[in-house]
Amino acid sequence: MFEAVLLTVITAATPLLIAAIGELVAERSGVLNLGVEGMMIMGAVVGFAVANQTGSGSMGIIAAICAGMAMAALFGFLVLFMVANQVATGLALTILGIGFSGLIGEAYIGVPGLKLPKLDIPVLSDIPFIGPVLFQQDVIVYLSFALVAVVAYMLFRTRSGLILRAVGNNHGSAHALGYSVIKIRFLAVLFGGACAGLAGAYMSLAYTPQWVENMTAGRGWIALALVVFSSWLPLRVVVGAYLFGAVSVLNLHAQAIELNIPSQLLSSLPYLATILVLVLISANRRLTLVNTPACLGKPFVPDR
Amino acid sequence: MRIELVKRKEHSQLMALLSPLIAIGLTAVAAGMIFAISGHDPLAGLYKFFIEPLTQEWSLQATIDKATPLILIGCGLAVCYLSNNWNIGAEGQFIVGALLGSVLPVLFPSFENAATLPLMLIFGALGGALWALIPAVLKTRFNTNEILTSLMLVYVASLLLDYLVRGPWRDPEGYNFPESRLFSDAATLPDLFGRALSLSTPITIAIALVLAIVLAKTLKGFEIRVMGESPRAGSFAGFSAKRLTLFAFALAGAFAGLAGIMEVSGGLNQLLPSISPGYGFTAIIVAFLGRLNPIGIIVAGFVLALSYIGGEAVQSAMGVSNKIASVIQGLLLFFVLACDTLILYRIRIGSPRTTAGEATHV
Repeated sequence: MFEAVLLTVITAATPLLIAAIGELVAERSGVLNLGVEGMMIMGAVVGFAVANQTGSGSMGIIAAICAGMAMAALFGFLVLFMVANQVATGLALTILGIGFSGLIGEAYIGVPGLKLPKLDIPVLSDIPFIGPVLFQQDVIVYLSFALVAVVAYMLFRTRSGLILRAVGNNHGSAHALGYSVIKIRFLAVLFGGACAGLAGAYMSLAYTPQWVENMTAGRGWIALALVVFSSWLPLRVVVGAYLFGAVSVLNLHAQAIELNIPSQLLSSLPYLATILVLVLISANRRLTLVNTPACLGKPFVPDR
Repeated sequence: MRIELVKRKEHSQLMALLSPLIAIGLTAVAAGMIFAISGHDPLAGLYKFFIEPLTQEWSLQATIDKATPLILIGCGLAVCYLSNNWNIGAEGQFIVGALLGSVLPVLFPSFENAATLPLMLIFGALGGALWALIPAVLKTRFNTNEILTSLMLVYVASLLLDYLVRGPWRDPEGYNFPESRLFSDAATLPDLFGRALSLSTPITIAIALVLAIVLAKTLKGFEIRVMGESPRAGSFAGFSAKRLTLFAFALAGAFAGLAGIMEVSGGLNQLLPSISPGYGFTAIIVAFLGRLNPIGIIVAGFVLALSYIGGEAVQSAMGVSNKIASVIQGLLLFFVLACDTLILYRIRIGSPRTTAGEATHV
């Protein structure tokens, strides 16, 4: 029983984790992309459609990543080159993504999906309890752990990570030092898009292997909240994602033990928990201000 | 060749007027391309989508009917955005307004007199305002990001609606359908011109006009704009950012809630699991397309309403998915935001920077 619960928690946490780690990189560069939900839902539909057409899960994943990046490129062009308002453009990206995914996905409603196979890691998966939970997962779950490790290392142990953070903290100085603020931000936004696309593919290829309209159901927004929750530190994103994963599967398990609570109340718990967590984190100014990228959401126009 | 933005010395008045029109033009071009890609005649598609709904009386009425909630919600959102408060939870405020406004006709159906309808509208506005005050209070007290909290409350509100119409508020004589009882005549907004339109349209237009005057001519309007552009300057003038946040959210919520109860009591006449085709989100586009100005928002509301009716038209006539409406809405917002850049910047196409630099050395 406990093992089964843990498995569902991992499945629920993985898309949140991946989308949030991508957004964390974008925000570290100073760009607030509120379009995570839109990029994610596009990843979900494109990943499903391509996997369905080609019969290959990996093709689906690659296509989903490309879809997320294409959406991110659109966003990046608007906010970085055209200096459009980041909040409004992010919202536009989400509205567009939900619309486009509905249009593309209409042909795939009710079509049985392709579920990513579980990859057993030999030897380790034989460990009792830990083995089945941690080492018999699909490829994206492993990828999510690798992603966090690489991002954490890149951000805080490499020169490029330092430059990225410098751009996010003080774009004026970074520009004066000769770094191309816009190019670096664009790359960070693209990375965020790739992650959101991958997170979407996880939704439609592993979480529920089918296409349902609006199937991301606000997870992109929760991922945005997780970045705040983590105070822009990658390892804390893991903690947050797994906490939220746990909250969002409560519904599933409460039904199993026949708790007499309206299902709608249980379904609203992840959203209520997001609000509660945001309040607790934001109320502590010291905690939030330490790592918040100082130029987050501020436009940058290079003077010639 | 190098394309770059050059900041204008002052806002371009011409571009402020032209940019929404350019955006609509570009959206039409993009929509034509989508029609072509999906194997339909682009010109016929554009005609069906944007023009035909305006040529027939019934579809024109349907457009006005759809524009009404968009305009009302958009007006409230404009006050938020002008004052730099990012309320994006209007959809939730719309739903809660509809819920609180429906308490009388659903729980006290025998309460039928001249006071029923006015009370319902007041309750509706109150419900939306209270729901909107949650993110506002959290923002002012705990410094919580209002974008995320207002949006999370949309999901909570729609689950609350779902719970009520499937549970305690379900019509006992409704053959187990998830819907509330039908509203009595006393709880129904009267129709105008026989059918299609309800009293909500003139109420909405009146509110938009009053708001236009308030924003342009009164101290409150000045406060809203100053605090949006420069909170520091505003605080020297004695304006309180926190009080304004509460005011803007409460107003936007009240408008959205009023739109919610007018939609339910004007057309649907009962609560259903879904009472809005995304009005709260589309109104965000309306607010921006209308340049955060109530008069502009009235025009923008019609344009966006057209996308709903046009979407249905191309679906029935050409077999194009009506999802194309939301794609076009999203594209429109993109183009509006991109074109707004032209108000503050000029686009300069020049020679590469290096050659220009070399030239000065000669």
